[in-house]
Amino acid sequence: MRGHQIVTIARYTLLEATRIRLWWLFALILAIACGAAWFVQQVAITESTRIQIAFLAATVRLAAVFVLSLHVLTSIVREFNDKGLELMLSFDLRRGDYVLGRLLGFFGVALVIALLATLPQCVLAPPVTALQWGLSLACELTIMAALSLFCIMTFTQLMPAASFVLGFYLLTRTLTAIRLIGAEPTTGNDALSHQIMSWGMEGLALVLPAFDRYTQSAWLIDNNAAEWSVSAIWAAQALLYTILLGAATMFDFHRRNL
Amino acid sequence: MSARDERPLSAIPRGVWLMLVATFGIQLVWQALQPKPVASATALDAPLSPAALRVMAGGEPAALAGLLTLYLQAFDNQPGISIPFRHLDYRRVIQWLTVILELDPRTQYPLFNAAQLYAQVPDPARERMMLDFIHTEFLRNPNLRWRWLAHACLVAKHRLHDNALALKYARDIALLAPAAPDWAKQMHIFILEDMGEIESAKILLGGLLAGGQIQDAHEIHFLMERLKAMENAENSAPTSKN
Repeated sequence: MRGHQIVTIARYTLLEATRIRLWWLFALILAIACGAAWFVQQVAITESTRIQIAFLAATVRLAAVFVLSLHVLTSIVREFNDKGLELMLSFDLRRGDYVLGRLLGFFGVALVIALLATLPQCVLAPPVTALQWGLSLACELTIMAALSLFCIMTFTQLMPAASFVLGFYLLTRTLTAIRLIGAEPTTGNDALSHQIMSWGMEGLALVLPAFDRYTQSAWLIDNNAAEWSVSAIWAAQALLYTILLGAATMFDFHRRNL
Repeated sequence: MSARDERPLSAIPRGVWLMLVATFGIQLVWQALQPKPVASATALDAPLSPAALRVMAGGEPAALAGLLTLYLQAFDNQPGISIPFRHLDYRRVIQWLTVILELDPRTQYPLFNAAQLYAQVPDPARERMMLDFIHTEFLRNPNLRWRWLAHACLVAKHRLHDNALALKYARDIALLAPAAPDWAKQMHIFILEDMGEIESAKILLGGLLAGGQIQDAHEIHFLMERLKAMENAENSAPTSKN
C-alpha cells in the first residue's frame, strides 16, 4: 500500500512535467544551445570542434541544472498555493512517503533531462565518453533536485529557496578553487582572520559535494573521462548526498504544522 | 516560520532521525577521506581571434578588452600558486596583449602592463620581446602610444645597456610622434651624446633650436646651455689628448 502511494506520487510528478511541456522547453533550450555552439564553431579559426563541444557541454549543463531546479521549486510552490499538499495529507498518507514519492518523481525528471542533454554530446564526442558525461550529469541533477525540494520545503517561498539553490550550486562549483586560494594567500597567511576563513572553507568542503569534479566538458573535448570505477564512486557519493538531503527534507517536513 | 508552527522533535519518526544522522556522518567521513586539492600551474592558452572575441563582446569590445586585461594580469596568480612572470610564455602573453589592443585600440592598459610588468623581468630575451612588442604597437598609433616607447627607450638604455636600440626607439618618437612633448622628441639627442656621437647630437640640437619648434624660453635656455657644453667638450677633447 505504502509503496503504491509513493509510486503514484512519483508518477504524477512525472505527469506534471509532461503536462507543463517541460521536455519541449528543455528541447528548445537544447536546440538554441546547439545553434549557438555551431555559431561559435564557425567563428573559431582553430580548434573549432573543441570549442564547439566545450561551449555546448558547459551551456547544456548549466541549463539542465537551471531548468530542473526551477521546475522543482515552482512545482512545490504551486502545490502550496493550490492547497494540494493539505488535501493530500488529509488522506491516509505518511509525510515521509509524500517526500519519497516527490523525490522519486523529480529523480525521474532529472534522468529524462540528463538523457536529453546527452544526446547532442553523443553526436559530437565519442559515445562512451558522452555516456559517462551524461551519467555524471544525472548524478549532479539528482542532487540538485533533492536540494531544491529540501529548500522549498524549508523556506516555503520561491525567492529564498531559489537564492539558496543558486548560492549552493555556485559554491560547490568553485569551492576547490577557493580552498586552493585560501591555502596559499599572497599576503597575511598567519592572520587570525585568514585561519578562520580557511577552517570555514575546509568545513564547507566536508559538507558539500564537489561538483567541480562532476560533468566536466574536458572529458568530452579530450576524450579522457575518468575510469568507470571512479564514476561509480561519484555515483555512490551522489546517492549518499541525495539520501542525506532527503532525510533533511523529511526531518523538516515532519516538524511542520500544516 | 515561527516556533509555534513547528511540531516537537519527538514528532519526527526514529527512522528519519537515524537516516539523517547516519548519512551526515558518512558524508563527513567520506569528504574527510578525499585527498586535499593540489595546486597546479596552468599554461596560458592562446587567445581567441579578435573577430571571435568581438562576437563574444556583444557590442562592448572595450569592456571585454578590460576583462581580458584583468584576466591576463591575474594569470600569474592562479588558485594556490603564484607563477613568476619570467615563467610565463611571453609569445602567448604578447598574443593576448595584441588581441586586447585590437579590441580596444584606445586603451593604454596592455602597453602599461607590457612596459611596467612584463618588461621588468630579469631576463634580457624576454625584456627585448616586450620592448619589440611596444615598438610594433607604437608604429600603429605613434601619437597615442609614444610614452610607452619612451619608457622602452629608457629600459633599453639603462637595463639592457643597448644604446643602439634606445636610439632607434628615440628616433622613431622624434620622427613619427609629432604629438609627443619636446623632452620625448629630444631623447635621441642625449642618447647620441651618451654614445659619444657629439657631432650628430650637436647638429640635431642646433636644428631643433633653429627650426623654432621649441617655444618655451626656459627650455631654449637649457638646450642652448647643453649645446655650449657639447661644443666645449668637443673643443677640450683634442687639447686633453695633446
